[in-house]
Amino acid sequence: MTLPDPAALLPRMAAELKRHLQTHRIDTPRFVGIHTGGVWVAQALLAALGSEEPLGMLDVSFYRDDFTQSGLHPQVRPSALPFEVEGQHLVLVDDVLMTGRTVRAALNELFDYGRPASVTLVCLLDLDARELPIRPDVVGQTLSLAPDERVKLLGPAPLALERQVLAPL
Amino acid sequence: MTPNDAKRPLQLNDQGQLRHFLSLDGLSRELLTEILDTADSFLEVGTRAVKKVPLLRGRTVCNVFFENSTRTRTTFEMAAQRLSADVITLNVSTSSTSKGETLFDTLRNLEAMAADMFVIRHADSGAAHFIAEHVCPDVAVINGGDGRHAHPTQGMLDMLTIRRHKGGFENLSVAIVGDILHSRVARSDMLALRTLGCPDIRVIGPKTLLPAGLEQYGVRVFHDLAEGLRDVDVVIMLRLQRERMQGGLLPSQGEFYRLYGLSTARLALARPDAIVMHPGPINRGVEIESAVADGTQSVILNQVTYGIAVRMAVLSMAMSGQTAQRQLNSESTSEEQI
Repeated sequence: MTLPDPAALLPRMAAELKRHLQTHRIDTPRFVGIHTGGVWVAQALLAALGSEEPLGMLDVSFYRDDFTQSGLHPQVRPSALPFEVEGQHLVLVDDVLMTGRTVRAALNELFDYGRPASVTLVCLLDLDARELPIRPDVVGQTLSLAPDERVKLLGPAPLALERQVLAPL
Repeated sequence: MTPNDAKRPLQLNDQGQLRHFLSLDGLSRELLTEILDTADSFLEVGTRAVKKVPLLRGRTVCNVFFENSTRTRTTFEMAAQRLSADVITLNVSTSSTSKGETLFDTLRNLEAMAADMFVIRHADSGAAHFIAEHVCPDVAVINGGDGRHAHPTQGMLDMLTIRRHKGGFENLSVAIVGDILHSRVARSDMLALRTLGCPDIRVIGPKTLLPAGLEQYGVRVFHDLAEGLRDVDVVIMLRLQRERMQGGLLPSQGEFYRLYGLSTARLALARPDAIVMHPGPINRGVEIESAVADGTQSVILNQVTYGIAVRMAVLSMAMSGQTAQRQLNSESTSEEQI
């Protein structure tokens, strides 16, 4: 199985997102990318939509439920949201949706900034391996990987997907 | 037990992560930088509407203060609360030990309450090490200041203050002024500055307040304040403990201020963009002039803010390292059983 080219997925994602926002009568969405790949995808989507809205960046390291197992990443970047969250319609963007735990952590963090009116979830890839009831509203492609496989997004320009195989235990 | 156990510092786990935080002595530049980077990230949490992250949710942090302190105790409490831990603070000097209970009994009682972490402040040097050696292996110990020995979180918050205001340590001249002899802050600062690559560390004070063997810290010693302050980038003033005035080490507060107090005129000898630091509480008119303490070059209040972030970093890193060690121990026990 070959991995898709992000550049081929993004125009369709942008069109779907535009339709989704229109259907839900969201005029001024605020974009938030999850570090690091989600920020790159969000930047590409904003460019495809011709938007110059400021982009929020979220590092969910302090909110992960596996902190006690994996510890803190030494290079946690501070989250930065250049707009109010309270009452806003947010578009939360990540590169790869796997278990859903990163998105759960991101939602928890967003609510510490305020109560958004809505959150639309956009993911470049859905690996169909969710452990939580979290599904994207807009997705580039759904893939099924072998248990020892992972996908990593390389970027920021050009964006490319790379297959990784976990070392055996 | 592995063959390396005898050499491994008490405060690191088998993977080299922080497990206790007792002293800056022996910690690597990489680890100190990791603490500073993590603290930098936690600073942002303090600017949010909800100033909390859930890293230590369900954990219990117990501040055990055998010696009075307001600022350190409060910032540790606030740091633990911002990490969502449950926090209790015991001023042991005024409770059980005065009723005859030993330190061991106090600790055993706290362990029985399932505390996950102890923050220890004690008047005796080495108390935090002693407790870390004897506490139940699942408990992380953080030194909140022990005797004249170490105040590692103060040292790291001083380093975060310097890094945020000066960008780094490689080209800096830093002066530490005052009562070096009794200062655990000075000791921690000197160790941290040297590890982080500061090329010019100066200590300035009267001979009676400078300990022997300062050379081991790689510092230059000055007895003349004007000479020592010339062209420095950072001035760290230390608190002069008034109780030591009676010890014959100094003639009087007035005399000390005349010779070693930081006035506006003396600060002018440092670089124009030099910053002024102080661990607090400040004695106005004893070690520092009010105009300097409240002046534009003073970063004393920034230090307090940074102190919370540094303590959040240390608490979360030590808890993570402690948990990782527990998992390693449990995996190794399972393997032995197989």
